[in-house]
Amino acid sequence: MTETFTSPAFTPPTRFAVPGRIAVSEQTAGAWQTATLTEIRRETPRAATFRFAVPGWAGHLPGQHLMLRLTAEDGYVAQRHYSLASAPDDHGHIELTLDHVDDGEVSGWFHTVARTGDRVEVRGPLSGFFAWPGDRPALLIGAGSGVVPLMSMVRHHRARGLAVPLRLLVSARAPEDLIYADEYGAETTPLFTRSAPEGVPVGRLAAAHVAPLLAEPPPGGWEAYVCGSNAFAEHASRLLVQAGQPVERIRIERFG
Amino acid sequence: MHVTRGFTGRPRVTHAGLPPGQYDAGDDWPVLSAEVTPDLAPAEWTFRVDGIVERPRTWDWDEAQALPASAYEGDIHCVTGWSKFGVRFGGVSLDAFLDAARPQASATHAVAYSHTGYTSNLPLADLSGGRAWIAFAYEGKPLAPEHGGPARLLVPHLYFWKSAKWIAGIRILGHDEPGFWEQNGYHARGNPWEEQRYSGD
Repeated sequence: MTETFTSPAFTPPTRFAVPGRIAVSEQTAGAWQTATLTEIRRETPRAATFRFAVPGWAGHLPGQHLMLRLTAEDGYVAQRHYSLASAPDDHGHIELTLDHVDDGEVSGWFHTVARTGDRVEVRGPLSGFFAWPGDRPALLIGAGSGVVPLMSMVRHHRARGLAVPLRLLVSARAPEDLIYADEYGAETTPLFTRSAPEGVPVGRLAAAHVAPLLAEPPPGGWEAYVCGSNAFAEHASRLLVQAGQPVERIRIERFG
Repeated sequence: MHVTRGFTGRPRVTHAGLPPGQYDAGDDWPVLSAEVTPDLAPAEWTFRVDGIVERPRTWDWDEAQALPASAYEGDIHCVTGWSKFGVRFGGVSLDAFLDAARPQASATHAVAYSHTGYTSNLPLADLSGGRAWIAFAYEGKPLAPEHGGPARLLVPHLYFWKSAKWIAGIRILGHDEPGFWEQNGYHARGNPWEEQRYSGD
């Protein structure tokens, strides 16, 4: 782009748009890089984590995603967006956690064909909107594999020993479906919608989970990050608004 | 070309309407808005055209509905990879609004903005000449809130993030000014046939 902007950017006379959190490099988004699969870890019966070496990886912020593509021998290409699961400090390595989607041509390849040493292509990191630099108090709400970008934030928070408040509400159908189950600490409240461990109630995310966090928000208030299916995102974001969270401080990433 | 070992992919479909890198979403219509879906009744909805125009103007719901009806039947393409074939939107051609507001000769671009504050930038040429609509209906029914109802911009020949949901107005400009996703690394124009997904594509 050669256009120069001489006037202040136009701001709509409406409710304020949620701005992106960081400036995004045009160069890193543009180039496809080779990613070599170095490790596969099973998370749940339907989800596994895939670790890659990407020597030229420019680094990312928690919450960012990448585009990944697979190429068949006849030149057919399939590309998908995936959230980064790993914290940003893992130099030259990134991790993705992928659900095995029914009939998914890309996730299907990862779950049934891929082995260490395989090479795929990635470009990114992409988009600053859902990124969390670790500055503002973070209220994270995810369901299913929607927890993946949020886990990058939790890991970043831990790795850096950040003092800023961070809470995670993560919804799964059953204990065996809870991704990263062994990694959660006091910051996390798991919710189970179909079956739960002994002594834990079964039920979906409700006002009772959100209200106490918003009744006593940290100084400066929460930045809310919601990730999951559209139905879950609609439900969770409505609960947040009803509990008093400002709409311009709710960032949503929906599957699709 | 970096062939991925053992990857065959879906059965090949040769669909002339499928841009490069896209797949057919079939009956699905994913919702990908980054903000909270607003609770916006038709009676509260307004649409404004201003900026470098002869006659800035705001339409309310009834005034917009009174304009000549115009439908789009065709395909839509999302930057995340899905395309949807043979959809039908009902609404009003954006030309009807632009003809009333009369952009000045120096007008080159526009920022479309939503009642949520979402923005997307477009060349004026992509918004005029029967290529853009204000859509109120989908498949004969009122447009659902999560898809931008009561009214969204529809610019089907560009990636769908340009088609701002809950459309509130079009600001006509004499220069290009990146919108919400464009500030987040997405392409300024977003032509799916040239696969203009990200800045630099």
